[in-house]
Amino acid sequence: MNFQSTTVRGKDRYKSGVMEYKRMGYWEPDYQPKDTDVIALFRVTPQDGVDPTEACAAVAGESSTATWTVVWTDRLTAAEKYRAKCYRVDPVPSSPGSYFAYIAYDLDLFEPGSIANLTASIIGNVFGFKPLKALRLEDMRLPIAYVKTFQGPATGIVVERERLDKFGRPLLGATVKPKLGLSGRNYGRVVYEALKGGLDFTKDDENINSQPFMHWRERFLYCMEAVNRAQAATGEIKGTYLNVTAATMEDMYERADFARELGSVVIMIDLVIGYTAIQSMAKWARKNDMILHLHRAGHSTYTRQRSHGVSFRVVAKWMRLAGVDHIHAGTVVGKLEGDPNTTRGYYDICREDFNPMQLQHGVFFDQHWASLNKLMPVASGGIHAGQMHQLLDLLGEDVVLQFGGGTIGHPRGIQAGATANRVALEAMILARNEGRDYVHEGPEILAKAAQSCTPLREALDVWKDVTFNYESTDAPDFVPTPSIAV
Amino acid sequence: MRITQGCFSFLPDLTDEQITAQVQYCLDKGWAVNIEFTDDPHPRNTYWEMWGLPMFDLPDAAGIMRELAECRRVYGDRYIRISGFDSSHGWESVRISFIVNRPKDEPGFRLDRQEAVGRNLRYSTHAYAVERPEGERYADR
Repeated sequence: MNFQSTTVRGKDRYKSGVMEYKRMGYWEPDYQPKDTDVIALFRVTPQDGVDPTEACAAVAGESSTATWTVVWTDRLTAAEKYRAKCYRVDPVPSSPGSYFAYIAYDLDLFEPGSIANLTASIIGNVFGFKPLKALRLEDMRLPIAYVKTFQGPATGIVVERERLDKFGRPLLGATVKPKLGLSGRNYGRVVYEALKGGLDFTKDDENINSQPFMHWRERFLYCMEAVNRAQAATGEIKGTYLNVTAATMEDMYERADFARELGSVVIMIDLVIGYTAIQSMAKWARKNDMILHLHRAGHSTYTRQRSHGVSFRVVAKWMRLAGVDHIHAGTVVGKLEGDPNTTRGYYDICREDFNPMQLQHGVFFDQHWASLNKLMPVASGGIHAGQMHQLLDLLGEDVVLQFGGGTIGHPRGIQAGATANRVALEAMILARNEGRDYVHEGPEILAKAAQSCTPLREALDVWKDVTFNYESTDAPDFVPTPSIAV
Repeated sequence: MRITQGCFSFLPDLTDEQITAQVQYCLDKGWAVNIEFTDDPHPRNTYWEMWGLPMFDLPDAAGIMRELAECRRVYGDRYIRISGFDSSHGWESVRISFIVNRPKDEPGFRLDRQEAVGRNLRYSTHAYAVERPEGERYADR
């Protein structure tokens, strides 16, 4: 690539008219990013005939100070500081015509603690810019100075576990099915059966809000009856994610307040409510000792294709800043998109205090989290008890495993389904801690546990051959040499 | 009923050999191991009585198993749990917790409902065992 600065300096820089972005100061190959800079990595696919460096400089320009023509009013500001600077452009390995552009933004460009403000710049107008065929935000490096302006997860993994008194194993959940159509009374039945059978959580689905078949208050009342009954039946703390997603903030606050009044330990929101609403609910959750579950409804519209949109690893970073406690982050083995390495990257972003650059996981930057609370990833969609060894191996211990169909679809009912999952999980943890090679001996360990647990035996029989083996649409593009270090 | 708190309550009661392996797992991770007991199994009863201090720096599980045997001898009619505590930065809390002793008979819980405004109910979970004073709760069951 072109490593010469082409910036025009002095008074020529401000002559009226149109000037290439790379000549306006948005391409600075000698720039050394500061520790306090926000850095974004874009995958840029220029239109045919557009110079790649110019395209990348344009991304820097359009996501910071530039407009299409020179303006003299730049001279009323410390313009050089406010210009985002593209300082590195690399061709994307095995993807001709696409380029990774590294762009640094001065911290002063962003309002402290506001995802809305950050995203209005970084994924604002620039994504519709005509000289580009496609644009994807692959990753971001968020400086500690900026991380520290965010609340972070309202509860965090450690305090969530302490509050629930559940340690040493993944938590178990299930989404109530059918996701639409149940009355409040019938809905609560599913919750009770699943929790009594051994799950820790049940969950509203993303599109359960307040529909003609079930008003939200009915759902909340019956669900809390179910939660409390199950708690008394087992002596164990139980929860159900009451989805408070609604049309307005006022409605959401009303629903969240009611959930708190009823003694729920957890509420839920959908990603589609928007970043500001999410941050508001995170503040509410912190203030009200509530665990905040986020369903990532809608994300695949912009995360799934490699060429255009926003990578989910970036969304995960934003959500950790924004302050949710749970986020759906993929199962690898289930029914929804999830390359193992890419998914590993998401989980690390949620749970670690420091993420080293790991190109094979799609993580392009070292990221310090400055002790920001950890975010519990949730694995949901097409998983069942027979995969327990794989799930534990791929996803680790600090995760909520959600078996919806894998609980409710059990031939002997919901309680049996829940028990099968819990027994499978406990048997696998026991074996892992004993030092057994549980990944390879998984099926044996499950079969052994099933000898004293009929529901598990039945679950294994029904779902033993169910897998979802499709090629991933979002695997990392990298050359296995650490050459992209910042 | 059988209370299902802790990591392994859905499995058949662990044998001493199995408990030893789990304790060794904790020690190998560098965690402190704690033995606690209670006769109030309420799910929000956080502070069970400690059987001595948490055991730091032990190389093998045998010492802890001796303490467990002693605790069982004195409080064998109560719940006893073992937990592993991780003091490393960013966690500084319990990493694993599991029940290793139960009263012979577990009477369970009553759910009390107090009717409130509208259709609201105020719930409270009441352990039958706590109807007696501490120390006598499981004595002649």
